[in-house]
Amino acid sequence: MSSANPLSSAVDLAPKTSFQGLILTLQRFWAAQGCVILQPYDMEVGAGTFHPATTLRALGPKPWKAAYVQPSRRPKDGRYGENPNRLQHYYQFQVILKPNPPNLQELYLASLDAIGVDMKLHDIRFVEDDWESPTLGAWGLGWECWCDGMEVSQFTYFQQVAGIECAPVAGELTYGLERLAMYVQGVENVYDLNFNGGTGDERVSYGDVFLQSEQEYSRHNFEAADTAMLFRQFTDAEKACRTYLDAGAPTGESDRHRMAQPAYDQCIKASHVFNLLDARGVISVTERQSYILRVRELAKACGAAYLRTAGGGAA
Amino acid sequence: MPDLLLELRSEEIPARMQRRAADDLRKLVTDALVERGFLYEGAKAFATPRRLALHVAGLPPRGQDVREERKGPRVGAPEGAVQGFLKSAGLASLDQATIVTDPKKGEFYAAVIERPGRETLDVLAEILPQIIRSFPWPKSMRWGKASAQPGALRWVRPLQSIVATFGPETETPDVVPFAVDGIVAGTTTYGHRFLAPEAIEVRRFNDYVQALERAKVVLDVERRKDIILHDARDLAFARGLELVEDEGLLEEVAGLVEWPVVLMGSFDETFLDIPAEAIRATIRANQKCFVLRRAGTDTLAPAFILTSNLVASDGGLAITAGNERVVRARLSDAKFFWETDKAIRLDDRLPKLYSIVFHEKLGTQGERVQRIAALARELAPLVGADPDLAERAATLAKADLVTEMVGEFPELQGLMGRKYAALQGEPESVAAAIEDHYKPVGPSDRVPTDPVAVAVALADKLDTLVGFWSIDEKPTGSKDPYALRRAALGVIRLLIENTVKLSLLHDGYQAAADGLRNYGGTPRIEADAALSESDADAASLLAFFADRLKVYLRDKGARHDLIDAVFALPGQDDLLMVVRRVEALGSFLETDDGKNLLAGYKRAANILRIEEKKDGRTYDAAPDAGQAATGEPEERALAEALAVAREKASAAVAAEDFAGAMQALSTLRAPVDAFFERVTVNADDADLRRNRLALLNALRAATREVADFSRIEG
Repeated sequence: MSSANPLSSAVDLAPKTSFQGLILTLQRFWAAQGCVILQPYDMEVGAGTFHPATTLRALGPKPWKAAYVQPSRRPKDGRYGENPNRLQHYYQFQVILKPNPPNLQELYLASLDAIGVDMKLHDIRFVEDDWESPTLGAWGLGWECWCDGMEVSQFTYFQQVAGIECAPVAGELTYGLERLAMYVQGVENVYDLNFNGGTGDERVSYGDVFLQSEQEYSRHNFEAADTAMLFRQFTDAEKACRTYLDAGAPTGESDRHRMAQPAYDQCIKASHVFNLLDARGVISVTERQSYILRVRELAKACGAAYLRTAGGGAA
Repeated sequence: MPDLLLELRSEEIPARMQRRAADDLRKLVTDALVERGFLYEGAKAFATPRRLALHVAGLPPRGQDVREERKGPRVGAPEGAVQGFLKSAGLASLDQATIVTDPKKGEFYAAVIERPGRETLDVLAEILPQIIRSFPWPKSMRWGKASAQPGALRWVRPLQSIVATFGPETETPDVVPFAVDGIVAGTTTYGHRFLAPEAIEVRRFNDYVQALERAKVVLDVERRKDIILHDARDLAFARGLELVEDEGLLEEVAGLVEWPVVLMGSFDETFLDIPAEAIRATIRANQKCFVLRRAGTDTLAPAFILTSNLVASDGGLAITAGNERVVRARLSDAKFFWETDKAIRLDDRLPKLYSIVFHEKLGTQGERVQRIAALARELAPLVGADPDLAERAATLAKADLVTEMVGEFPELQGLMGRKYAALQGEPESVAAAIEDHYKPVGPSDRVPTDPVAVAVALADKLDTLVGFWSIDEKPTGSKDPYALRRAALGVIRLLIENTVKLSLLHDGYQAAADGLRNYGGTPRIEADAALSESDADAASLLAFFADRLKVYLRDKGARHDLIDAVFALPGQDDLLMVVRRVEALGSFLETDDGKNLLAGYKRAANILRIEEKKDGRTYDAAPDAGQAATGEPEERALAEALAVAREKASAAVAAEDFAGAMQALSTLRAPVDAFFERVTVNADDADLRRNRLALLNALRAATREVADFSRIEG
């Protein structure tokens, strides 16, 4: 698929030569499997799992297939742009298939093949890794997927989300895009990744796009983030979540909940604010647990509300 | 005789669960067969990442016929009883029953029921799905469409196919006819995921193993381990290196591959500045690779062994290069941690310990360090350590918990502290104590011998034990979340194996409790409460130590009744003395004098028990020497011997000469024997009788100088 654009023969969109080529390839691959290709959720989240297209859609009986890129923020992982592997903002490629098809492992391997990982040359392994998100009240069993000793994806069969048993179970694949790209491009420093596939003057690197942001956000996350404001925001988001859940609660006329998703947005917000406070080091070990618990309670309430919506399969 | 072949093929089974799962499968199937009367000649189970397999050899084709005679009602019984009998025996009419004559009961009906043995195939079809449905995985899951329904099959990861055949070696075996959640048992399986993706037809165990082998699957984990170990050693040898063997890692790696291909990678020599243990920890934990050392030395080589699951078309070049990349990134991290850590003195890390909660009710790690340092200082003279050094080592002992390296590899705690302490110029015994204060961890771990390390190790464990006791977090049943049993065993081994005399109540309990009062504890220990044996916590902790000591001594072959006999004496809180006393008592009871004295004691105790009960009083007054003088000569002799022996035994015990104390008691054997032979305890003369009972009581009292003989068996 190189030189797909006749107007610009300088770019090569093969996954081996461009970061965005890798993304486009994965999108095409999963689109061909019948997934809806969504765009990133427009809020700050810690992982692709937080996108309502995963968290909420994993609940209830309705089949669902989606794939999307999700920018993910881990304030604590910021390294001021000085670490070749760690970023406080990075991309995950997320695939969610409910129920999981019986050949999900084969599909996953085919997707690796599509991005140029040759199974005759590379050692692919599924190594036990049980996934759990205490803030989402979610857990599942699965693996880290290794390519020549490097973890390139997470593979999870969701068993529970928002404290609710998944019926049916969804399969979730999460590709760490930067790491995967570094592997297929053969670079050792994330900032050296070729982003657009261009060469010479046309080449745009990952560093060109993100180095400055990593520096600025590291400063923000560790030194400047306004903790008084963040504590306020946490409380506000928590309160708003409850308010929206109450306001949308089923009334006499209908059994349906009418505001599960706006409420869940506030849960996402609370979670991110908590991560920022954690990075600022203002939450003690004991408090930490109680904050996580508070977010989980929101997630559970939102999950329960979503089950009473059309999307959640309510009658 | 026919064989069963069963294969349960799934997506990748966690390595750590495979061995246990194979054992469970074998046990569950063979138990279910035996329970139904089906004996077998042999059974063996196997596990790879993608399958559990079981071979049961030498089963009968069908079960044994069963003949059962059932008694019915007497002849002429009411119609209802007869009909009930016919129904339960499965007879159409009384013509099919026989009439039996019983001399007492007269004539009654009986039925002979003959049940042919069941086909083994049918029995297997019944038990296998049950076993699969209730398989004891430590963690299991649901998947796919079926998971929408309640009661869906659970397995460790999605179960893909089942092979189940049964039949003799010479014929085509039958498929065991069953299905679980839509997975129908058959004869088709698959080999290696990448090297042999085509379906394989199998019939029985022998061709199953061969077919798998052709399809690049080594079924037996022991063979996979052998291959990995030998290939790794050979590869190492060819480069003048030696494999650093690691059984746990080998087992894990063998559970990650179906077709092991061993390769060697290397890393930059400059990484060898990092402590060897840290290199090994990162390569092991993150990459599941073995490290290597230069042959005949303890020095690590800049190389590692990886085990891939693929015969790659380039001979493994890309795989090796990929693994080297990851190892390089990991070692870069480790090197960064090491360099960063070295820049900060351990002393400067101490404030950070105050932000780590050790336990909600026991303060922070910082406060704990203060307690351990104070306690180590107090214990130092008792173990022959310099108090300043002990306090210094204890102060630094936990500082490495906030280093980058230990944050990343918790298993390096202590060891990194030692390295950093040595680098900042701490005395060798301080550095060593920082590493060793966690020891011994369990019954086979090394026990520190350097006095400074012993002091800190004791302080660490006593603080833990007394702390958790004071907040009532004692181990119960199988629950011991703070590993307090291990801590108590650690104290016992430190004391006994270093022959340290220490009063657990005074030097241990009380001193540790002082620490808790001063630094961070919120215990029930009141500031002014007198601590003594009457203190319930102290008493219960001492009893806990007694229990642990029993386990410890039992493993060494000591009799538990002797330990009880010694602990039954008051004030036994010096474990070394308890052990010495138990040893001396044990040896004494092996001698004739000891055995006879014990027999004499038991006789005396029995008489006393009976007479004291009869009279409703005790005879604990001292015997009257004058009174004894008027009695039999044997009576006088015993009175004199008792006075002497008791005094000698008491003095010997005070001098911690337990053998001497036993020796003193042994002089009682002859007078006791003579007394029982010649003297009637229950004399008609009331004064004589009272005094003789008092003599027996004096014997009981004399033996209590060394132990409570009533607790001794035999």
